[in-house]
Amino acid sequence: MFAPGTEVRVRLDWPETRGRCHIRTPHYVRGASGKIVRHLGDFANPENLAFARPAETVPLYHVRFDPKTVWPDTSADDIVIEIFQHWLELA
Amino acid sequence: MILTETDPDRLLTALRAILAGKAIASDAEISERIRITDGGDKAQGARMVARAWTDPDYRALMLADGTRAAEAMDIPMRGLPPLGVLEDTPDQHHLVVCTLCSCYPRAVLGYPPLWFKSAGYRARAVRDPRGLLAEWGTPLPKSVRLRVVDSTADYRWMVLPLRPAGTEGWDVDRLAAIVTEGDMIGVTIPAIG
Repeated sequence: MFAPGTEVRVRLDWPETRGRCHIRTPHYVRGASGKIVRHLGDFANPENLAFARPAETVPLYHVRFDPKTVWPDTSADDIVIEIFQHWLELA
Repeated sequence: MILTETDPDRLLTALRAILAGKAIASDAEISERIRITDGGDKAQGARMVARAWTDPDYRALMLADGTRAAEAMDIPMRGLPPLGVLEDTPDQHHLVVCTLCSCYPRAVLGYPPLWFKSAGYRARAVRDPRGLLAEWGTPLPKSVRLRVVDSTADYRWMVLPLRPAGTEGWDVDRLAAIVTEGDMIGVTIPAIG
């Protein structure tokens, strides 16, 4: 479990290139670093649920990113995204 | 058979028969869920916002647990994703988007407007949200931080906007009448008349 304020990085992974999948981690944030805002709860892993496979429960976090690291010309100050724990690693 | 060219009523009837036959969802369960979904309306979210503007205890509940705050207004939430509420302040404005699809807090805002599901909105809300707000006629001072919330997973999000000046002494019904769905998504801010 990650505590609020923990610096994390989203795995730079593209399961889409390996076959059929259902991923709730947006493309634009793969490989980006951010900070844990808070733990939102634990939810069935949608990557298994979508294919009617047994779905384990995974912690879900609100993670805050500096959007300028993704798009230098963005006009957003913050972007906050729901991301499952298995997509996060310590930065 | 091409699904997109099939008569939707026949398709639905066939699907419901299969779901019932496999004991996945009975006809009654599906009808009940359609009734609840159709009952979702932006007036529900507006009632919550207006109450939060006038009742500090309710505001605290809404920010801590949107689902319980909705249930406190007799809005059915059973079986639905948890509702999260994003509090605008004089220093920070929120804008909600679902870049992956069209996740939307239907119980409190009803069906999502078509533009919310458009590729254009979904792309620009994360890339140039101030430009997007300007096109909506929502000027946001440079001093106000703009936080975009990408609704990507199991929560559904609504914005608790700032109560506009000039509404002092208004009762909750009058306040609720000025809150629009755009205000609760964050593309607009509540305005009088």
